[in-house]
Amino acid sequence: MITVNGEPLDWKPGMTVQDVLDAKRYTFRMIGIWINDRPVPKNEFSTTEVPDGAVVQAIHMVSGG
Amino acid sequence: MEKMKVIAEWTYTPAPIERGYTRKTLYVNVGEPRMEIKDVSQDMIDTFTGGRGFDLKLLWDAVKDTTKWNDPENEIVLSGGPLCGITQYPGAGKCYAAFISPLSGQTYDSNSGGYWGPLSKFSGFDAVEVQGKAEKDIILFINGDEGKIQILESNLKDLNAYAVTETLHEYFAVDEADKRNISVISTGKAAETSYYGCMNMSFYDPRRKVARLKQAGRGGGGSIMRDKKIAAMVVKFSKIGGNLNNVVDLDTLQRVGVKLHKEIHDLDDVQCKMRKVGTAHLNEIMDEYHLLPTNNYKFGQNAAEISKIHSAVYERLFTQGMPDGCWYGCSMSCAKAVDGFTVQTGPCKGEKVTVDGPEYETVAALGSNIGVYDPLWTIEANFYADHYGMDTISLGTAIAFVCECYELGLITKKDTNGLELNFGSKDDIMELIHRMADGKDEFASMVAKGIRYMKKAFAEKFKADAKTMEAIGMEGQGVETSEYVPKESIAQWGGYYLTLKGPQHDEAWLIFMDMVNKQLPTFEDKAEALHYFPNFRTWFSLVGLCKLPWNDVEPANNRIVNEPKEAAKVPEHVQNYVDIFNAVTGKGIRKEDLITMSEKVYNFQRVFQVRMKQGEANHNIPLRALGPVFPDEWEARREYYDGKLREIGIDPSALSTEEKIKKLQEYRLGMWEGLKMAVYKRRGWNKKGIPTVETLKRLGIDYPDVVAVVEKYSKPEDNFD
Repeated sequence: MITVNGEPLDWKPGMTVQDVLDAKRYTFRMIGIWINDRPVPKNEFSTTEVPDGAVVQAIHMVSGG
Repeated sequence: MEKMKVIAEWTYTPAPIERGYTRKTLYVNVGEPRMEIKDVSQDMIDTFTGGRGFDLKLLWDAVKDTTKWNDPENEIVLSGGPLCGITQYPGAGKCYAAFISPLSGQTYDSNSGGYWGPLSKFSGFDAVEVQGKAEKDIILFINGDEGKIQILESNLKDLNAYAVTETLHEYFAVDEADKRNISVISTGKAAETSYYGCMNMSFYDPRRKVARLKQAGRGGGGSIMRDKKIAAMVVKFSKIGGNLNNVVDLDTLQRVGVKLHKEIHDLDDVQCKMRKVGTAHLNEIMDEYHLLPTNNYKFGQNAAEISKIHSAVYERLFTQGMPDGCWYGCSMSCAKAVDGFTVQTGPCKGEKVTVDGPEYETVAALGSNIGVYDPLWTIEANFYADHYGMDTISLGTAIAFVCECYELGLITKKDTNGLELNFGSKDDIMELIHRMADGKDEFASMVAKGIRYMKKAFAEKFKADAKTMEAIGMEGQGVETSEYVPKESIAQWGGYYLTLKGPQHDEAWLIFMDMVNKQLPTFEDKAEALHYFPNFRTWFSLVGLCKLPWNDVEPANNRIVNEPKEAAKVPEHVQNYVDIFNAVTGKGIRKEDLITMSEKVYNFQRVFQVRMKQGEANHNIPLRALGPVFPDEWEARREYYDGKLREIGIDPSALSTEEKIKKLQEYRLGMWEGLKMAVYKRRGWNKKGIPTVETLKRLGIDYPDVVAVVEKYSKPEDNFD
């Protein structure tokens, strides 16, 4: 199990950041990812694995409007 | 066009601009007629900065406590601000308008791109205030080249915006190239009956060879123009250059500007795609997150139809590869247009036109929110809204309300004078829009006056159920809600309905931070955001900048070097603003000062609202903004909403859908009250939302007449402990 923005999400071996985004249907382009407070560059979303128990912050950047 | 008769004429010597200011404002009374040039004091600069701040200060001095929107003393005040007109940094052509709004009866501020802001400053004025009522249709002309102000008797045959703008660019220019030195403010025929008449501010597009229209759309400025019998306001200035603001530090301005230009060039295609599709990049994103208003905000998503209004569809419709900045030097270039559009209905049927937009708000307002998923129809509705002089947001939200009333049987085909106004009834909705411009149809004229007016009129005239209309009429303070579904973000309830002027997204858009990112878990967190972001965004309106280059592009390392909460503020861009403000004005502000500068004006405007509403400047929220009102809304996301009940300790399994709705509404109304008190307290206001005298003193806006308003309407029992 991991948490994403405070909500639990089932963890699977080999799960990448992109898998997390797909599972949460986070399609917004301006999104920042922090795993256990460590930022992940966007070009590494598909290759960065999320460890079991991780605290993931998926921050949608635009303050909008 | 025949030469227009001069009703009044004055000459003046345009004041030089130093460090972004001319230190002069222009006053014109179109009724008397009379002209006066006023000095700008150092105190006015220190307190109000410019732009919207100057507008509000001048408006405060011009009106009485009892002034209504259509009284002669109401004004339209227009100002750019000290950074307005710089060409080195993107988004520096904004003009801000303020007036007493016909929708709300209190001040409204509305902004537009186009060239009016820069050209009026280059013509010698930090602000232009227009008061009085003319007897015949007139045109106000500011000739910055010759130092001449004229009031001309209009001989325009068509008062609708595209016709007015095209004619006047032609009339006042000596040749094709000269058209670019002119900006026209126009509205249209619908503004004569509507309370949400818009002001279109033009710039001439030399590649397309057409005048383009940007809108200070919201709040009813166009309605006031027509009430004053102003057909148009025109400014002309021909010697446009790169440093007309006479800035203190041009090198810094250029350096910071180049940095942002490069950022936009390198990153926009992988971020928001503003250069290709403008704000319409949001269409499918809002749908994905249940934020796209659908059928009067009943739903936030329409999975079956969204592909028809996807941004990729609009990308194909917008002309690509054109520099679409609405002021010199704006590489964000988001003023997209549809060229060669053949109009299908109404007085322009068969004509090929260039249509500005639609932007995201219009795609939603005159699209999903009224059940229409036909981009060509939306483009035509956008064209006519601008042409007739109506705000697309209020128009769409008002029609959405009408459609729901019609489907609920609160109003009938007889009441609508034969129109079938179901969601998606696009032919009859287009006919309704034409009738609004015509001004003769009583029902159309009701719709043109907005939701607050309709709620009362439908109840009185058609015996429609007032309680239902209160629940579904998406207005706050008399102003129609803009195009985001706020139901599931408590912070956005405040972002919309605890604002100065009503639910417009230019104060605070906190939905992602709150609802998705979960960065604002407590009332105090939300209140802090509802202090910081409205004040930060206010700053743009003081200096003449567009908000979009702040966070619709971000530095590549923004999410690497900043922790999550700070990253949302885009700290590097905030520093850019500090640097360019100091580079223009020579002041030495720090980033913390941006908020303080704004707080002065923000609190002054709040006191202004209290003054105009005689102490009753209340913040209302419709039930629809808090959550589902009818069972179909709940059932569309049953799992989600049942979960929301469980989160607050209510087992939904034994409840009917109606009971569940009632429980959630009761809970959320309590949350709304809690939010309101937390926000008022954080802003330094009392429990009635009135700034305290201590707040006025802290900000240095404790002028005797401002303090007098606060003291008149504040009671000791309303103070926080």
